[in-house]
Amino acid sequence: MTKYVGQSIKRKEDYRLVTGTGQFVGDIRMANMVEAVFVRSTHAHATIIGIDISEAQALEGVHAILTGKDIDGKIKPLVQFESHCALPPNLVEAINPTIHFCYEDVLAKNKVMYVGQPIAVVVAENRYVAEDAADLIKVKYETLPVVVDPFKSLEKGAPLIQEHLQSNIQSNFHVTTGNAVQSLKDANHILKARIKTPRVSSNPLETRGVVSTYENRTNQLHVYSSTQLPFEIRTYIARSLDLVEQQIRVTAPDVGGGFGPKGGVHPEEIMVPYLSKLMNRPVKWIEDRLEHMTSARHSRDQIHDVEVAYNRDGTILGIKDHFIIDSGAVNYFGLTCAYNSAYHLRGAYKIPNYDSTCQIVLTNKTPNVPFRGAGRPEVVFVMDRIIDMVARKLKMDPVEVMRKNMIQAEDMPYDQGILVKDGAQLIYDSGDYPAALDQGLKMVDYEGFREQQKKWKKQGKLVGVGISTYVEGTGAGPFESAYVTIDGSGQVVAYLGASPQGQGHETVFSQICADELMLSPNEITIRVGDTANLAFGAGTYASRSAVNAGSAIQIASAKLREKVLVVAAAMLEVKSSDLQMENGKAFVKTQPEKCVTYKEIAEAARPGNRCKVPAGMEPGLQVTHYFVPPTVTFSSSVHIAMVEVDKKTGFVELKGYSVVHDAGKVINPMIVDGQVQGGIAQGIGAALYEEIVYDEKGQLLTGSYMDYLLPTSMEIPTVEKSHQEFLSTRNPLGIKGVGEGGAISPPAAIANAVVDALDPLEIMINLLPISPSKLRNWIKEAERKQYKIEVG
Amino acid sequence: MKPAKFNYLRPSSMEEAVHYLSEYGEDAKVLSGGQSLIPLLNMRLSTPKYLIDIGRAEGLSYIKEDGESLVIGTLTKHTEIEKSELVKGKCPLLSEAIRWVGHEQIRNRGTVGGSIAHGDPSAELPCVLTALRGEIVIVDVNGEEIVSPEDFFLTYMLTSLQPDQLVKEIRFPRIKPTCGSAFVEVARRHGDFGLVEVAAVVDLCEDGRFSDVKLAIGGVNSVPTLLEDVERLLVGKEPTEEIFNEAGDLTMELVEPESDLHGTAEYRRELSGTMVIRALKQATDRAQGGRVM
Amino acid sequence: MEGIKIHLKVNGQDISREVDPRLLLSDFIRENLLLTGTHIGCEHGVCGACTIQVNGDPVRSCLMLAVQADGCEVKTVESLIQENGELSHLQQAFSDNHALQCGFCTPGFLMTLSSFLEENSNPSEEEIRKCISGNLCRCTGYSNIIKAVKQAAQTVSN
Repeated sequence: MTKYVGQSIKRKEDYRLVTGTGQFVGDIRMANMVEAVFVRSTHAHATIIGIDISEAQALEGVHAILTGKDIDGKIKPLVQFESHCALPPNLVEAINPTIHFCYEDVLAKNKVMYVGQPIAVVVAENRYVAEDAADLIKVKYETLPVVVDPFKSLEKGAPLIQEHLQSNIQSNFHVTTGNAVQSLKDANHILKARIKTPRVSSNPLETRGVVSTYENRTNQLHVYSSTQLPFEIRTYIARSLDLVEQQIRVTAPDVGGGFGPKGGVHPEEIMVPYLSKLMNRPVKWIEDRLEHMTSARHSRDQIHDVEVAYNRDGTILGIKDHFIIDSGAVNYFGLTCAYNSAYHLRGAYKIPNYDSTCQIVLTNKTPNVPFRGAGRPEVVFVMDRIIDMVARKLKMDPVEVMRKNMIQAEDMPYDQGILVKDGAQLIYDSGDYPAALDQGLKMVDYEGFREQQKKWKKQGKLVGVGISTYVEGTGAGPFESAYVTIDGSGQVVAYLGASPQGQGHETVFSQICADELMLSPNEITIRVGDTANLAFGAGTYASRSAVNAGSAIQIASAKLREKVLVVAAAMLEVKSSDLQMENGKAFVKTQPEKCVTYKEIAEAARPGNRCKVPAGMEPGLQVTHYFVPPTVTFSSSVHIAMVEVDKKTGFVELKGYSVVHDAGKVINPMIVDGQVQGGIAQGIGAALYEEIVYDEKGQLLTGSYMDYLLPTSMEIPTVEKSHQEFLSTRNPLGIKGVGEGGAISPPAAIANAVVDALDPLEIMINLLPISPSKLRNWIKEAERKQYKIEVG
Repeated sequence: MKPAKFNYLRPSSMEEAVHYLSEYGEDAKVLSGGQSLIPLLNMRLSTPKYLIDIGRAEGLSYIKEDGESLVIGTLTKHTEIEKSELVKGKCPLLSEAIRWVGHEQIRNRGTVGGSIAHGDPSAELPCVLTALRGEIVIVDVNGEEIVSPEDFFLTYMLTSLQPDQLVKEIRFPRIKPTCGSAFVEVARRHGDFGLVEVAAVVDLCEDGRFSDVKLAIGGVNSVPTLLEDVERLLVGKEPTEEIFNEAGDLTMELVEPESDLHGTAEYRRELSGTMVIRALKQATDRAQGGRVM
Repeated sequence: MEGIKIHLKVNGQDISREVDPRLLLSDFIRENLLLTGTHIGCEHGVCGACTIQVNGDPVRSCLMLAVQADGCEVKTVESLIQENGELSHLQQAFSDNHALQCGFCTPGFLMTLSSFLEENSNPSEEEIRKCISGNLCRCTGYSNIIKAVKQAAQTVSN
């Protein structure tokens, strides 16, 4: 059956993208179109005393200027996204969460809460004039005390970010299994550590952007946005502007990367449609990179305080974790990252006693949202640093400690004793983690490396190896939709609710559909990214599209095949079980010349007197299927990094990077490998280069590409890749998600490798990125400590 | 991120350019390659009333030999220096350094005059020019003037260039064939401005001692800095591990770095010492091997 | 502001336009000539998405004013395709090797590389990495781009 699933089919998307004929939001041009520019807060926390727009308004070419007052009562504030915040009752009972309501005005009205928050919008002939006008707008502020440190934000009397709340703790919860407190008493040793993952920015090469046009005749807005979630945007425009969803069509055209933060609704995505309706003309807004750095949402920013109970043989008995997420001024995604962190921390390890408390804290920073990995890179960094620290304390090889604590193949399905965020029991469905570890160690010739390493170290060449593993719940629900049809020309067209930002949906989903309908992928048209195509759609995030949209299109295509056969049987006056399909035809198995084409079948299925669709079935050849996964499925991976450290300068060079990963059934290996390599590049960025930095006044210090360092071709090695294929038990094809995976482990693997390279010097790397300045400082501290020990 | 309005002037000769400068200089910016200026215009960190685009001025792009110097016209692009056999032969230090300037796309547009006039303390060309005791030829309506790098670079992004003045050409003294030279730099990523960069030229006596040392450091102080004390320390000494370490230690005393996002002051100070040692060793190796680079 | 008349050749075609002197070349190409294949990623000269060729050399079109291109020969990604609609070797190699995901940065890479490959028929991996180090890609992690360049170089030399 699977002629195309599993093949590295070249992408259908590529032709337009390599010829420069793709269409990104910025490429859209419409008659009479004007451009918007947002005036943004220059203060992290301040009351707006007044806004003087008179000079700006007088400028030639300016069409409109709106401030918070102008939209008061007309546009509702943006509030936390219910679709991502709602929790099932059994989870609520288990973790006892508090989630306080929080919000942000689409244009700040009374006060600003972070640098970059929109305050006013200018619409003008073009971006140049709009920026001229924006420069002439004078905002008078009265500054308020600023909080950028989440611990200070927790203090009594700290200035409130969201003033209707009693404190800056926006949410909290507690998840527990076994008895972690008791394990700390029972263990031979206890390790305590504070482990931090900084704030980073996803930085897709295409910034955000919105084009909106309003059609009077149908009273309809057509909004183009560079988004991961067109359906969500439709919902929020309707809510915010008091419209019904039917009045709004949202299209995600070619989207130049997203990685999470384009999966939410931003104030601009409400404001631009409002303007186009108000002005009755097309309005365009394209975010520039400086705006992107301040105003597009950031991610990560967690601080974990862990206590680890372990025995002298390396067995880890229990972990007690208290962690804080600095959510910035608003928490839009409820417990999404936070609970991901809590339920993923133990990863591939059997740690029976686990206790995790989380506080989500508000500060005067840009809101913090999910980004590729969404809470997992942070805890994998925690867990794998723990493994490494335990190993080094016990003078064991980290691999020994990993093996000692790892879940074995025969333990599958393995119950981690707590719940997934969707309320299902956290049970790993399939996988063999020790085998993956062995496979990885073989790839890098671990034993051989250890021997060689000793020689190198004697020569003063500091080379180290670091390992990280993760298990990731992928393919989150609630559902995904597919509508598959054969049109009057006999063309198979499939519409999907999940839209891509570079993952190759048009290719991979045509492979699945092609196998079901016995065609080649080129004969199938995939349409994505448009709310006009389907009633419901979820979107692309959380490594979910292959699992959910893949399953939806597979089932919808199979149902369509059945229907095609029924109609063909009626046409050929045989039983449908006598028929076979191939190359766009249905034919009688025993008499292949007796056949009908899809075009003829589509014709015969048209409504009317001569319709060949049996009574009781709808005319036409179309099927919609909504796939609802029972819960997430679990992909997993082993990452091994090799580094060389220049002890004098603190520079880390990546000498090699190897991966073994299990993504279940692979639809297109070439694309899966591309996802893994690309994810790892982002992980390497997080490990060594990337960090969003604010000063104590809440001013962003990393506002340009000179300060926020994205890795280039010189920093990213070609990753050695190797696969496992343990099918998921939770969807028909056995797919597990792969989109986020690559990004999860590199910080842990690289940090462990750097520590290993410097051994026997005792370095603690519980902070990222590992910049040369920081590392050099740690080296010196460790040398001083060693010196003290030696000298006494 | 679009530039604010400006009046655009495009002189076709140097004479016309200095004439414009004498008239509008106070309110003007000079545009040559634009690789440093246009980002500032785009971010509206610079909003000049007049933009004087000298890019079309005739006869300002050249690399030629003049006595003991290589003379490079202000509009000469980095790529041209990179590809120049003359530069490679007469001033290999410059050839080596130029490859550290940004990326190819930047070097294809960026000019030597622009880089010098921009006065970024971590830029490569000012560091080389300082080490070699080069000269900057400045022109205004009254004529030409020759300025040393030490007098030219005042502090971060500030030079002695007056509003009515233009950089006409840069003179890089050629390096004697017996010398070894080295340009070393560390940057967070390839193509970034250096955290520290060092330009070194050494010449050795018959007996292997240093007969001449030229040494400058960039990226750590507010201007590219000549390390004359270190030069003096080395001359007459044998190139040994101890003397290199002493040179490094002395460098650390001489520099006055500040902290920024990419490194603390302490880190930069230490890095200065490390990089001076590395540059000196490399240059010495090359001198000993009789190879210039 | 008075417009300034410029004459240039873009993808082989003679163009004369009057432009605002502050208009960036990237915007001129996209907004005035409607060649939207050239993408804008950062507008401060770091990301390389807007790379085009001016007189055969790759440059960042966000760091040039349109008036500076007066009299120049400009090439954008739209010039790479063959007349019969077939992809160039380099474009084909990008597709064959999955050297692009979202495709936003791709035109910039192609314009940097097509000039590079004319001068380097058999580049080493190190040379390729250096060549593209001024173009940021956030999706691919670069390795397939390097593979694609190797393939393109080989196809051309065959």
